[in-house]
Parts: sequence; C-alpha cells; structure tokens
Amino acid sequence: MEKRVVFRNRVLPYILVAPQIAVTLVFFIWPASQALYQSVLIEDPFGLSSEFVWGENFVELFGDPWYLQSIQVTAVFSVSVALLALTTALYLAVQADRVIRGAMAYKTLLVWPYAVAPAVAGVLWLFLFNPTLGIVAYALRKLGYDWNHLLDGRQAMYLVVIAAAWKQISYNFLFFLAGMQAIPRSLIEAAAIDGAGPARRFWTIVFPLLTPTTFFLVVINVVYAFFDTFGIIHQVTEGGPAGATNILVYKVFRDGFIGLDLGGSAAQSVVLMAIVIGLTVIQFRYIERKVHY
Amino acid sequence: MTQRSSLVAAAVALAIAGGAGTASAQTEIQWWHAMGGALGERVVEIADNFNRSQSEYKLVPVNKGNYTETVTAGIAAFRAGKPPHILQVFEVGTATMMGAKGAIKPVYELMAETGAPFDPSDYLGAVTGYYTTTDGKMLSMPFNSSTPVLFYNKEAFQKAGLDPNKPPKTWPEVGDYARKLVAAGYPCGFSTAWQSWVHLENFSAWHNVPVGTKENGFAGLDTEFKFNSPLHVKHIQQMADWQKEKIFVYGGRRNLGNAKFASGECAMYTESSAGYGGFKKNAKFEFGTANLPYWPDVPGAPQNTIIGGASLWVMGGHSKEEYEGVAKFFSFLSLPMVQAYWHQNTGYVPITSAAFELTKKLGYYDANPGRDIPIHQMGDKAPTANSKGLRFGSFVQVREIIYEELEAIWAGQKTAQQGLDDAVQRGNALLRKFEKASR
Repeated sequence: MEKRVVFRNRVLPYILVAPQIAVTLVFFIWPASQALYQSVLIEDPFGLSSEFVWGENFVELFGDPWYLQSIQVTAVFSVSVALLALTTALYLAVQADRVIRGAMAYKTLLVWPYAVAPAVAGVLWLFLFNPTLGIVAYALRKLGYDWNHLLDGRQAMYLVVIAAAWKQISYNFLFFLAGMQAIPRSLIEAAAIDGAGPARRFWTIVFPLLTPTTFFLVVINVVYAFFDTFGIIHQVTEGGPAGATNILVYKVFRDGFIGLDLGGSAAQSVVLMAIVIGLTVIQFRYIERKVHY
Repeated sequence: MTQRSSLVAAAVALAIAGGAGTASAQTEIQWWHAMGGALGERVVEIADNFNRSQSEYKLVPVNKGNYTETVTAGIAAFRAGKPPHILQVFEVGTATMMGAKGAIKPVYELMAETGAPFDPSDYLGAVTGYYTTTDGKMLSMPFNSSTPVLFYNKEAFQKAGLDPNKPPKTWPEVGDYARKLVAAGYPCGFSTAWQSWVHLENFSAWHNVPVGTKENGFAGLDTEFKFNSPLHVKHIQQMADWQKEKIFVYGGRRNLGNAKFASGECAMYTESSAGYGGFKKNAKFEFGTANLPYWPDVPGAPQNTIIGGASLWVMGGHSKEEYEGVAKFFSFLSLPMVQAYWHQNTGYVPITSAAFELTKKLGYYDANPGRDIPIHQMGDKAPTANSKGLRFGSFVQVREIIYEELEAIWAGQKTAQQGLDDAVQRGNALLRKFEKASR
C-alpha cells in the first residue's frame, strides 16, 4: 500500500504552484531580465535612441577606480555592520536571558529601534552628529576631538556603520534570545554542576547550540547591509565625502536615478546581483557545514 | 478572475474620468514642479491666479519632489506615454532635455504655432541666454533663476574690527577678513553652498574663462571640459590651503552648510541669492549682501555671473488646444505684475526687464537694499561665450564627480591640480558617452 499522497489530476499541481511562479516571474525574473537587457545598451534617458554595445558598460565599470573603491567600501561597510550588529545583539541577548526581574521591559525596549524606518534612523543619527548643530559633535569638540564627517571619510564610515548596526541590533536580539531560550536548561545545569563557569558554559554549550540562529542571522545581516541600508546612506552622507561611504546599491541609485545613466546603472545592478548570489551560495555551501542542528 | 475584475475597474475608472472631462469643459494643463514649502505655496498662488484670469483652461500644479525626482518622474511619464504638459527642469538638465527631440516642444515653436504674443527681447538676456540656442531660439521658459552672491554677518564684522558696510570685493580680501574673524574667536572665516556651481561654474563666467570648449557646450556635443586651467587650480588650491587655517570651512554638499552661516559660525558665506529668505528667517543677526568676490589680477574680471535654478519645458505629444493653454499661461507668467510678485516674494530674479523696472519703480530696492545685486551682477555686462551658461550632457552626474573630487581636495587627499585633472578626465568620459547616446 502506498502511503504517499498522489495527485490524480495532472493539471492541478501546476495550478497550485502557479501563483508562486507568477509572483516570482513578475517581481523577480522580469525586472532582473530587464536589468540584464539594459546593461548591454547605451540609451538616452527618454528611451528615444538606444544602441547595443555588448559588454562595454561592464568594461567601463571595472576600469573605473571609483567603482572599485565602491566595492571595497561595500565590503568594509557590510562586514562592519554585520559584526557590530551581531556581537552587540548577542551580548545583549545573553544579558537579557539572565535577567529575572523586569525582563519584559528590557526586551521591549531593546526591540524598539527595529520599528524605526532606515531613513528616519539616518536623520536621528545625523542630528546627533551634525558638525554644526549636533549635540554629540558638540560634546566631542569640547573633549578636543574635531568631528566633521562631511570632510573626514573615516568618521563618515563610523557614523553610517553605527547607524545601520543600531537599527539591526533589535532584530538580531530577538532571534538570539529566542534561540537561547530553546536550549534545554538541563544541559546548562549539568555543566554548572560539573563546575563550568558562565564563560565556559557559554562557549561550549550555548554558542555551538546557537549556530543555526547565528548562521541565519549572518545571511540576513549581510543582505541587510547590502540593500536595506540605502535610506541611512542617503540621509546621512549621500555616499560622501569623496565616495568614502558610496556603497554599491547607493551608487546604482545615484548613477541611474540622478545621473540618468541607465546602461551603466543597470550594469552595476547586474554585478550587485551576481555578488549577492555568490555570497549566499558561499554561505550555504561552506559556512552551513559548521552549523550544528 | 482577479485580472478580469481589475479590467472592469479600469474601464469604470476610465468612464468616470472621461465623463468628468466632458462635464467641466475646461482643458486641463498639468504642471509638474519641484517647489516645496513656501515656494510651493507661491506656485499654487500663481496657478490659482491664472485660473481665475480665464475660464478655458485649468492649470493643475503638482509637486513631484526635488529637482531630480521631478525630472525622473517626467521621464518615466514620457516613457509610459503620459507626459505632463509642463515640466520644471533644473538648469543642469538643459542639455538632457534638448537632446530629447520629439519628447519636448521648444518654447519658440510653441509660441509661433499658437500665435501667442511673444518677443524674446522682452526677457533679460542674462536669464534666457542659458535656455536659448546659439541662433537665438528660446527652448524653455525660465521660471526660477538665481545667481550666487556673498552674504556676510554685519555683527561679526563689527566684533572683528571690520567695517560692516565694506564687504570684501576680492578673494585676497576675503582671506584677510576671514583671518581677522578667526583671530577674533570665530571658528570659521567663510564657507560656501553649491561648491561646483559657485566655485567652478560661476567662477569661470565671473572671470570670463571657459568651463568647457565649444562655448561651454552651446556650439556642439563634441565639447570637452576645461575647468583645470591654472586659474581654476589657483583658486581651488587657495581654498584648500585656507581650509587648514579655518579661513575656509567646508560645510557639505548642496546648501547643507547654510546652518553654518545662520548659526553665526561662519561670518561670510557664498550662496544662491535665493537663500536670502531662509537667512532672513533663521539668522538672529543683521547681515548684508555683496557681489561674488573675484581675483583682481585677472584681466576683465569681474565679467558677469550665470544663473542657477530651473525652467519650464513643454512636453511633446499633446493636442493643439492644450498647447494654446500652455502658451496662454506662459504669456501670463511673463506679465510684469506676476514676475515682480515672484521676484519680491522668493529671492529669485525677474525674467523680464519690465518686471525689474516695475519693482524699482515701486521702491522695493530702496526698502530692501541689496536685493538688486544679483540682477546687476548677472546683467550689467553683456554675456560672452564663457558667461552665458553651460550646456553639457550628463552634467548632473558630472557635478557628482566634481563633488567627490573637491571633497578629496578639501580633505587634503589630493592637490587641486590632481583633483581637477581627475574631474575633467572623468567628466570628459561622460561627455563622450552622452554624445554617443544622443546621436
């Protein structure tokens, strides 16, 4: 006797998956193919004349030192944001997990920043650090530190990394906390009885058992740093000074929607797409092996 | 199923829209603009007044965001086959719009076809020149135009022992004044808005040197940038050196640095004349307006400055009747009363000499000294090939490049020569690409 459920109707399965296929086609495959098509054209903004140029847009892209700089900036930015957001969130989650009294209040407060839109988060941080009006910039100046992120690329990078990570910490915190609460208490208690201190218990039991959560968050955070930080960059630095915070997704926007260079911008988004697909594949093939489920 | 119902919905919507169109019998004219805040309210007032002045047409102003967002919206609408009748485009988008033959209707053509009364010589040459071909055909209707001037803090001048009625005339004087201000305890001597527009584009016109070949791009698409000449390098290098002593302090892109002047941090500030209203509202001290400084060792300087701001482009593909409405609105907009109102309430310059004369006759400049400085600065000398404006393809992107390179210069990562050479080289690459795309 066969226990599997078998569809007798040959058409029904196709109908059932059709909505999903349709959504993928309309919202992913179609725009992606448009980008691919645009990236091999040189076209005027109005679409009145266009010329097929093969890979010229790509050759130009990789011959442009500012594009290569943008790749480097994106790497530094994404790694910093992911690291800062993950470690801070993990630390907070460990602390929150130990709190007994008023735990709910802490947790609620820690989740709040996630409800703030990236653009608004950018504005908030900008107000704090504005070299002329910002209160933090003022305090730094009083301490003898000359804060001017409009001119100093390093400071600009610190600022956008902090702003971007701050927003993501809440999200990571929630997942870490949930992950930790799923770890059986008996394991930790057994280790405690065997004489393991809190640090040892964390590194030998909690952290390894959290790896599925950590892995999931690494993937999410990298994607976040690549794409969702657009609003923060746009509000805080506009990619400046001198391209110091010009991450790839922001450059696509500036060249395409402000510069009206459709071909060049499309070529950049194709490259960006390839990078993110590549990164995700690497994460799933190599890092996932180290995950204990 | 859902597709069919949405089709039905669309059909119903169309029917309603069509019914509404015939019921009102007025021809609707869409005007997409980029004026927010108080300026947006002035735009609505102008449109209301036009609608009250006649009953055939209904002008509908729609704010589409900032300049770049408005252009992008206009282009997207054109590509979707639904362009507005009038689109406000900033001055650096001129070459892009001009290149879009078939997507636009030049103003001279519109006025000739509709038979609206129109004499290009009524308009101020310094303003319309930017939007006119080399053989004198006006392509778009100037709307909001301004030019850079020097604002200075009179109270700070007094505290630093400077005469508040004698603003600096030249760049060396700006340096001396700024040094005294810094010595008197101010954290910054001078700063600037719109670094590319003021210190490269207007700087060139003011000293009668080209920004690019082919009459700054007016005479052909095969133009090349020239803003890395010894004079440009000298000026930019001077500013970079001043940055070390706080004589000059960089305040950010666009006019983000305005807070530096309004808060009293920097006592001198070069900004668009249209920045007047904001300073009047936010600065808690008396300030004065003066001409843009120049280098006295340059023969013939100062020449005249060029405009910034935006003009109104007429989009193609509309009916004759609608174009008649657009022409009628442009005639209305050019009326001395309308222009004088716009000029006095916004800080933009009037576009006709009649409006300037009217404002003068009303005693406005006596009551508001300094408000006529931009008009004199732009119009007292007849513009040369170097000072009538700029027409470079992809110039929006070139300005981004200039911002990047200037920031590298201000931060001391590059010398002025290196930075400007790189900007010219990167800009030329874009010009070639634009030339290729518009063939």
